[in-house]
Amino acid sequence: MTATDHRPGSTSADGPVGDAEHAVAAGLWREEFDHQVTGDEPVRNRSGIPIEPIYTPEHWSADQYLSQLGFPGQHPYTRGIYPSMYRGRTWTQRQLIGLGTPEDYNRRVRQLLDLGANAISLLPCNSGFRGVDCDAVPLPLLGTCGTVINTVEHMDAALHSVPLDGISTAMNDPSPFTLLAFVLGTAKRRGIPFDKITGTSNQSDYISHFVANHMFYRLSQPGSRRVLVDHVAYCRQRVPNWNPVSVVGQHMQQAGATPAETMALTLSTAIQYAEDCMARGMHPDAILPRFTFFFDISISLFEEVAKFRAGRRIWARIAKERLGAKDPRSWRFKFHGQTSGVDLTAQQPLNNIARVAVQAMAGIFSGLQSMHTDAYDEAITCPTEETARIAVATQNILREEAHLCDVIDPLGGSFYVETLTDQMKEEILRVMDVIENAGGMYEAAGAGLVQAMIGRSALAAQERIDRGEEKVVGVNCYRSEDDGIEQPPPYRPDPEAMKAHVAAFTLFKQSRSEHAVSGAIAELRRAACDEQLNVFETIVDAAGAGVTHGEIVGTLREELGFGNPLIVQ
Amino acid sequence: MEVNAPIRVLVTKIGLDGHDRGSRIVAAYLRDAGQEVIYTAPWQEIDAVVRLAMQEDVEVIGISTLATDHLIVPDLTQALRDNGLGHIGVIVGGIVPDSERPMLYDAGVARIFGPGSSRSEIVDCVAELGAAVRESRLASTEFAL
Repeated sequence: MTATDHRPGSTSADGPVGDAEHAVAAGLWREEFDHQVTGDEPVRNRSGIPIEPIYTPEHWSADQYLSQLGFPGQHPYTRGIYPSMYRGRTWTQRQLIGLGTPEDYNRRVRQLLDLGANAISLLPCNSGFRGVDCDAVPLPLLGTCGTVINTVEHMDAALHSVPLDGISTAMNDPSPFTLLAFVLGTAKRRGIPFDKITGTSNQSDYISHFVANHMFYRLSQPGSRRVLVDHVAYCRQRVPNWNPVSVVGQHMQQAGATPAETMALTLSTAIQYAEDCMARGMHPDAILPRFTFFFDISISLFEEVAKFRAGRRIWARIAKERLGAKDPRSWRFKFHGQTSGVDLTAQQPLNNIARVAVQAMAGIFSGLQSMHTDAYDEAITCPTEETARIAVATQNILREEAHLCDVIDPLGGSFYVETLTDQMKEEILRVMDVIENAGGMYEAAGAGLVQAMIGRSALAAQERIDRGEEKVVGVNCYRSEDDGIEQPPPYRPDPEAMKAHVAAFTLFKQSRSEHAVSGAIAELRRAACDEQLNVFETIVDAAGAGVTHGEIVGTLREELGFGNPLIVQ
Repeated sequence: MEVNAPIRVLVTKIGLDGHDRGSRIVAAYLRDAGQEVIYTAPWQEIDAVVRLAMQEDVEVIGISTLATDHLIVPDLTQALRDNGLGHIGVIVGGIVPDSERPMLYDAGVARIFGPGSSRSEIVDCVAELGAAVRESRLASTEFAL
């Protein structure tokens, strides 16, 4: 009998807490509940799991404490991956930042560091995501959603006076990881050894780009697969404190996957990458401690908490039992959470401050390792300085004022949260089986199965909002024609500064050593064609020789093939 | 061109952004309403959209935008006019800040749908716009005859 078969008050007294007194009390409660709530509508969470009005020891018993939960820092890590969690050190406050020219970025990043952020991130301009340099796209589109970084020079300017050896940097850096190459080029110029560089290659999860958010450099799927393994191999040897893999559930959930589907697809992807690396002879304990995860945190608070607790438990078991990792560091499910932009509304935008606070609380209750909180204008534009400040302050308030960090896994042991954690786990495993039966995540993405799943869930979610079953304040309820709030003006880079940036880039290209550039590109080409060579190593060398982002991606596309999103309509 | 044939609508994304949740949902809405939907992957070049609109003989183009790609929609409407396709109705859906809406309307965009727009609003708009475009084209064809 599964936990869901128990219905307090409607079953005989044969549950785990099976005394007659309990059954009588439960029966009485059920009677009174039914009397007060006539026609109780069935409630389901976003993952489709039915939600009861109350949970009791009939649903979850603490007998399973050690096997299912354990203590924090102990397998299967349901309660958290470190023994001390936030009592020892609170999560890393990492705001995603990307805007304008490298100089614009540098001003914003230093401002956020002054405000209390203790790690940085960098989002490249969408032109970068397309794999081209700033001189190849219409000027109005440059720097509106990310920073224009095409060379080591640009990165050096963006990180001016940011201590590269003292702060962790996360690069939104899809394959072939030119941004990390530019960071390493900058480190070399500043005399900082590579093993002092810490941070994460966010967006290294190419599969999530092919199936969900399509913000990648358009290398073919097989080409991306090869470059990722080379990147992991290089970082393991040369940049050992860098996390080369970030598996991104966020893309799937933002594109419409349910929280349970998202966790399943993410874990299936992580298995794929681990097995790809192991197939190239890497030992699981040499790579898994540097695997990280990146998730969306929706406003469905309890569901999110259950999603993360279940995910942590499943990953611990997969890493240990399936992948054969022996080192406990390989079993730990380290994740960054970003409050969900899809839940935010363009209507009555100040309401988003409240939404983000709830989402952030869900993330904190889930025991995340680092967090980004969205600015309230997320549904309209890149954050302005003022809205970014409030997003950081939201984290500060929750951390400093709300006493959320006093107790580790504070929702653990709740009959509801534990039952839901178990149910989410079952649903996650069910979806993982679907992917496994399709030959794993790489094959399932190639066949369009994942895209179809995400598309169905996205449409179903939208239809629930259209029918008013899922309420969104200001959108399908509590609407007002004039909410009295002026839309904040959108961030747009200074067009003159951007024009000057492009002009300087053109000059830079003319002033490079042609010999060094063509030699580096030839090496890149040679490595791309020879699987015995590490192609990422030649990317790092090329960046150091002044080869630009667009040139690196362009060369690799010629050799490794061009990638289009795998669309299923 | 038959008067009662389904409206033909191209749903696409121009520019640099790849997020396609919105365009996929809208395409499904229009298709379910019986309209003929031509759907493309994101990242379309303006020239490619013009070519496709011509080949597919569409009455309406729906541009989905999230990450500031609406800033080049005026280039698209200009390119349509330059290619004798000025009759096509262009609608934009997604994130367009209030302050940048006039620029799009001035460029000939028929309607902008922000987040929270309902299925029926979008479907009805495409149906009406498509019918009007078709009618005016039929009228001008008759005149030419």
